[in-house]
Amino acid sequence: MNGSAIAASGLRKAYKDKVVLDGIDLDVRVGTIFALLGPNGSGKTTTVNVLTTLLAPDAGTVVVAGHDVAKDTKAVRAAIGVTGQFASVDDLLTGEENLLLMADLLHLPKAEGRRVAARLLDRFDLAEAASKPAATYSGGMRRKLDLAMTLVGEPRIIFLDEPTTGLDPRSRRTMWEIIRELVAGGTTVFLTTQYLEEADQLADRIAVLDQGRLVAEGTAGELKRRMPGSHVRLRFTGRHELDAAARILPGSTRDDEELTLRVPGDGGVRSLRALLDELDAHSVDVEELSVHTPDLDDVFLALTGTANKEADAR
Amino acid sequence: MNVIADSRTMLRRNLRHTTRNPVALFNGIVMPVFLMFLMVYVFGDAFSVGVDYADYATPGLMLTTICYGVGATAISVNSDMTTGFIDRLRVMDVSRAAVLNAHVIVTMLRSLVAIAFVTGVAFLMGFRPSAGPAEWLGVIGVVMLTVLAIGWLTVAFGLAAKTPESAGLAAVPLMLLPFLSSAFVPAETMGPGARQFAEYQPFTPIIETLRGLLTGSPSAGPAVAAIAWCAGLALIGYLWARASFNKRA
Repeated sequence: MNGSAIAASGLRKAYKDKVVLDGIDLDVRVGTIFALLGPNGSGKTTTVNVLTTLLAPDAGTVVVAGHDVAKDTKAVRAAIGVTGQFASVDDLLTGEENLLLMADLLHLPKAEGRRVAARLLDRFDLAEAASKPAATYSGGMRRKLDLAMTLVGEPRIIFLDEPTTGLDPRSRRTMWEIIRELVAGGTTVFLTTQYLEEADQLADRIAVLDQGRLVAEGTAGELKRRMPGSHVRLRFTGRHELDAAARILPGSTRDDEELTLRVPGDGGVRSLRALLDELDAHSVDVEELSVHTPDLDDVFLALTGTANKEADAR
Repeated sequence: MNVIADSRTMLRRNLRHTTRNPVALFNGIVMPVFLMFLMVYVFGDAFSVGVDYADYATPGLMLTTICYGVGATAISVNSDMTTGFIDRLRVMDVSRAAVLNAHVIVTMLRSLVAIAFVTGVAFLMGFRPSAGPAEWLGVIGVVMLTVLAIGWLTVAFGLAAKTPESAGLAAVPLMLLPFLSSAFVPAETMGPGARQFAEYQPFTPIIETLRGLLTGSPSAGPAVAAIAWCAGLALIGYLWARASFNKRA
């Protein structure tokens, strides 16, 4: 569980005078899920292309699976699997033929190729559709086939560029399950997404990308706590308690109708205990206490400039 | 040798594509046969070319067949590029040579089958070539060289185009060029401008070489020009395709 699967530092990439990546540093631990979160056009796909040897950065270094991407491209490619933003399955081939094509290109012996294909079709619930052309598959099935094709080579590190964009909620959950299973088996997953819920659900660590820069990085919880909006909400049985509490907790905001008091704070255990001790010391009874951490949507809107403007406009 | 094994794998895949894509088969075989009917039965008697019209038009229709077949290649190369399929292959370390060669080879095979069809129909319609076995070999050689040149150009179009639609469109000039060559009527009978264009465009020497081999006495002049054009176009197509592949994939 230790060691770097992916380490990038100082990545820069510009097309003519448009800067796409503006100094990106990343460190993804072996066996974890790392989510790169960002709106459309923030540079997610460019980052994936650089990390997966498809695009040379203008500056910066990338080490994937212990190999330098620029110098030891072959070794990197042997260790990784990539599922692009659009399911790149071959529409005119059947599901099974798609998998066998991958097996052939990886130079697996025929019998083993067939075995691997059969196992993956089974595992991804595609066995029934195995002999139908991929063109007839639903969006969710195409994504599953796409990922299955990536898994034929048993890569240690998998890159998933927006793996659930355009999928219905049910297919999205299936995809999440599959990704969790992969990591349980020791694989490292690097995924990009524009869905906060997805990053929140899956990722051990999240980096927020905006206009080619990483504006925040941490666990979902850390990112949420970094928000200024965290607060504790106290509800009282009567006006008398509310008055008393408001006196001893300066900086809080009261709502006389709801008989609630909003106390700013990070919602951590230590500060919560201090707050309750303070109320106890003054013998103020609290009827109900709840901690409000902003969800990732709040974090996202606050951190990414473009979203911020939208939020202000609302 | 991975390149050879991978080329075989990709070749098998592209052949499957051809057999499962009715539009490609239609454009590649049915259209040229239809054009042959149109030219020989409908228009042919109205053109005065000095020889039996089936004999005159068949070499040009062989070339036209190649041009109608390559649209499918451009579209297929382009969808490999735009759907990310080529990216997938690149990450798997499949060589560029295997990916692109397979497209060119399948184009050649498809064209040869289509030309065999069209020539067969030509025989039914009165085509009576005077070519012996040596000349026929020469015909096959010139046809292969031409498909190689047009095939590489088309692969380059396919790689450079932004969408499959525009890739398909890029092959349209190739379908029109035979009409502005000596394929269906001699260049001398055309109006000014069209005539000069027909005389100097690459298809005319290729058609004249085929015509010489099939129905007359082969002459060296057009043959040299044809080979030079094909070699030049194949090289341009190959270099352009290589550059686009490296840049975009």
